[in-house]
Amino acid sequence: MSKLREFSRQVFGEGTSKWIFLLPSLILLVFFALPLIALIYRSIAPDFFANALSKQAFQALKLSLVTSSITTLVTVVLGTPLAYLLARWKFRFKAWLELILDLPIVLPPSVAGLALLIAFGRRGLIGTFLSDIGFSIPFTTTAVIMAQLFVAAPLYIRSARIGFAHVDKQLEESAYVEGANQLQLFYEIMIPIAIRSLASGAILTWTRALGEFGATILFAGNLEGVTQTMPIAIYIGFERNLGVAMALSVVLILVSVFLLMITKQLEKEEE
Amino acid sequence: MKRLLSLTLLLSIFLTACGASATPTPAPATEAPTLAPTEVPPTATPEPAPQTLTVFAAASLTDAFTEIGAAFDAANPGVTTTFNFAGSQALRTQIEEGAPADVFASASGKEMETLVTGTFVGADVSQVFLSNKLVVILPADNPAALEKLEDLANSGVKIVLATEEVPVGKYARQALDLMDASFGAGYKDKVLANVVSNEDNVKQVVAKVQLGEADAGIVYVSDVVAAPELKSIEIPAELNVIAKYPIAPLVKSENADLAVKFIEYVLSTEGQAVLAKWGFSPVK
Repeated sequence: MSKLREFSRQVFGEGTSKWIFLLPSLILLVFFALPLIALIYRSIAPDFFANALSKQAFQALKLSLVTSSITTLVTVVLGTPLAYLLARWKFRFKAWLELILDLPIVLPPSVAGLALLIAFGRRGLIGTFLSDIGFSIPFTTTAVIMAQLFVAAPLYIRSARIGFAHVDKQLEESAYVEGANQLQLFYEIMIPIAIRSLASGAILTWTRALGEFGATILFAGNLEGVTQTMPIAIYIGFERNLGVAMALSVVLILVSVFLLMITKQLEKEEE
Repeated sequence: MKRLLSLTLLLSIFLTACGASATPTPAPATEAPTLAPTEVPPTATPEPAPQTLTVFAAASLTDAFTEIGAAFDAANPGVTTTFNFAGSQALRTQIEEGAPADVFASASGKEMETLVTGTFVGADVSQVFLSNKLVVILPADNPAALEKLEDLANSGVKIVLATEEVPVGKYARQALDLMDASFGAGYKDKVLANVVSNEDNVKQVVAKVQLGEADAGIVYVSDVVAAPELKSIEIPAELNVIAKYPIAPLVKSENADLAVKFIEYVLSTEGQAVLAKWGFSPVK
């Protein structure tokens, strides 16, 4: 290390070792910013608004917002107890359970889509039974939500689990001493303390669900107004008309920026 | 100024280092010669320089062109043919955005014409090399009990098509127009109302029907050859649409001679025989 420091001193001169931080940062920043700038720059065309405000774009945006919101809601309702249980209870095979829950984070979404189809498709493991009682999931909006849930919910569970695990053991004990029961402990101590982990996890899940593509196109297909979310409309638009795809992308970027700003604001208020 | 200079120096060192690590590692030691007495002594003629031919081909050509590619490689030592199979409209977009390709084989004249207009393909160099027609496919157990074309308009039938941008999706809608004129009673609208998904290329349509997720799909006759377990409903000639597939070398190809050679092979007796085997109608 000292040799490196010496070398950098020789090359850059005294007191300029900040370049060791600045240069890699700049390379990465340019790499991130350039594609976004290029996309916005090329999408500026007379027909931008016609493309961005088309019925297809509106339907896709609406479907994306509705499905990803439902996904986040379901995740919070079902995922919070699960995360709590994983963080505070001790039981056998817990490590394996955590591994299964982390798996969708690292799996390619196409694998998730295929697995969902094999499980819930009309010929699937459960799907055959569901089909017999009159439910068919593939190609429906439910399939879109399930694909998002499979891919995005683990992000919330992970974040919430870590949040709950960091709550001081002593607090828990003193709550019991004061006569609190499990539910009171959960609602009055655990949730308020872990709320930031829960909120950031929910936002991660929400944005991941908004961007879900691979599992959705395999499991839910592509039908305007029913299963065609923004990412799928962009993919299909890429082949139909690049202008439409770029306009939709810019709309999605703007929506994402807007939502990120809201979350930043929320974080600030919390502090 | 001095700082800037030294920065450039460091960058160039960095880049050189990257470049060096990217150079190919030396090839592994040559295979030990076999000592079998019948072995033919190695010929004196040097191996031709390896060449890679990149063919962008319509998804419906997947099986046929994979076989043709293997035969072409075997007939031309040193040549490796690689394929990019996707919907013709997707390939056209990729070529327009600068994807390096030598040959484009499209399922529709429209995509080829667009590339000719954009000067990605020379005028008058594309040739039709096969024709194809449509068929309705059903899962092996025919869950919706479909017997004839009219049944596609029954309520509750789950139909999968390709999007309108995919050649087969466009042809399917043209065929539905013909059927609509023949069957009447809002046939096309009813069928389109039964569509549960518009897929990105013809093989996706086949896959959804194979999996039994859809009750029916409209694809090419050649797709049934590749998936013989599927049931099908024939579309009579007067209601069918004939797809003519054009093939052409690309202007920016760096293997122009090889591209022409590949196209000649596709149009040769051997090439056309492979296409016929996979259910296409050869043009020769």
